[in-house]
Amino acid sequence: MDAFIDTFFNIDIMRQAFPLLMKGAWITLQLCAFVIILGLLGGLALALAAVSPRGWLRWSAVIYIDFFRALPPLVLLIFVYSGLPFAGINLSPFVAVIVAFLLNNSSYFAEVFRAGINSIPKGQTEAARATGLSPAQTMTYVVLPQAVRNVLPDLLSNTVEVVKLTSLASVVSLSELLYSANMARSVTYNSSPLVLAALLYLAVLWPLVRVVSRYQRGLAVH
Amino acid sequence: MNARRYMLEVRGLGKTFGETEVLKAIDLNVSEGELVFIIGPSGSGKSTMLRCCNRLEEPTSGAILIDNARITDIPRRDLDRMRLNVGMVFQGFHLYPHMSVIKNVILAQIKALKRPADEARQRGMELLDQVGLGHKADAMPSELSGGQQQRVAIARALALDPKVMLFDEPTSALDPELVGSVLKVMKDLRDKGMTMLVVSHEMAFAREAADRVVFMDGGYVVEAGTPDEIFGNPKSDRLKSFLSRVSGGAH
Repeated sequence: MDAFIDTFFNIDIMRQAFPLLMKGAWITLQLCAFVIILGLLGGLALALAAVSPRGWLRWSAVIYIDFFRALPPLVLLIFVYSGLPFAGINLSPFVAVIVAFLLNNSSYFAEVFRAGINSIPKGQTEAARATGLSPAQTMTYVVLPQAVRNVLPDLLSNTVEVVKLTSLASVVSLSELLYSANMARSVTYNSSPLVLAALLYLAVLWPLVRVVSRYQRGLAVH
Repeated sequence: MNARRYMLEVRGLGKTFGETEVLKAIDLNVSEGELVFIIGPSGSGKSTMLRCCNRLEEPTSGAILIDNARITDIPRRDLDRMRLNVGMVFQGFHLYPHMSVIKNVILAQIKALKRPADEARQRGMELLDQVGLGHKADAMPSELSGGQQQRVAIARALALDPKVMLFDEPTSALDPELVGSVLKVMKDLRDKGMTMLVVSHEMAFAREAADRVVFMDGGYVVEAGTPDEIFGNPKSDRLKSFLSRVSGGAH
């Protein structure tokens, strides 16, 4: 039992590793901020394209969304970081991670937004257009506010996925939270830093997951 | 006798959905201040005809004029301005559920009509009072009965000061005890001189309030006349059988 605690819950080692993990957490936070904010904006733009009356625009968006949802994010990341240099495109690990996960995640956000837009009855659009609102105004003031409200749990759920996804950045040696923890493990010959990293992820994500499931249950009741 | 000018003219209107010909050369005029009722069995093309009048549906052939302007010639991207002149009320109300009653009535005034916010609010309150719902201005649509929601929808359409009001089965989705309040608002509107084209099954209201009644069946206007002519002395067999079915269903 002591050996177990010493290997996984060694307070001294956790204390030593803590500053390094905090640096890693800060990088993770920056990654999340970029990928979530840009992913939401990109996803919204893609979703609007995907419901456009213009055929070419709609099909381009649908192909993009399908392609990047089908492609494993790790494959995409390694391609962007290690594959693109052969074409003369060298990206820093930080930028490579953002580019790869943005390509991947904007398509997930797009799918959520599109489902939200499609959940709004046609009568809402017709009523708005009948009062002289333009297609853009109808989308902005009538459809989107309702659509976003309908898919809020899914947007939040996807946001949780982004946070988890960022741990893949460790494979391109970006010193985010998981990479830092693994570094500390190899230096201290002790797994406690990994446990600490896991606890940090849990501390942030557990409440979010709770909110999502409460929200979804709430919606199911109505 | 009618010396008044036409506010709405439908000339040879045709509409096909795929292979199906829903409207076959409809001719119909509504004079300024007139209330014209359209009756007919379901599937007769009444609603489609109405929806062509603000181009929610695209006519396949023919022309529609609102206040002497051919709205069927307007390019699709310029429809918004025309629609300010044509108010529409739907069977399903379609209030915006995420906005308060007054915001429902204000939105298009500000965004489409470009009316200043305080003026839009004032006009909105006037109209809510007119439909008897001034005290519900800050309520959400979900807190209102169907009849109240429909009256808000009427106020929302009137807020743009349209030249014509189109009503697409405005009371069909309502519980019977709520129908009266909506019909009363429509009657008041008629008395104020609004030009109205109404698709509805409220035969008693048509008798009482309509200037003219148009009977449609199978995509044609079969018969048109005053309520007395249509209900008291129907000429075509199709109208006779329709009226007997409707009154048979009512009793």
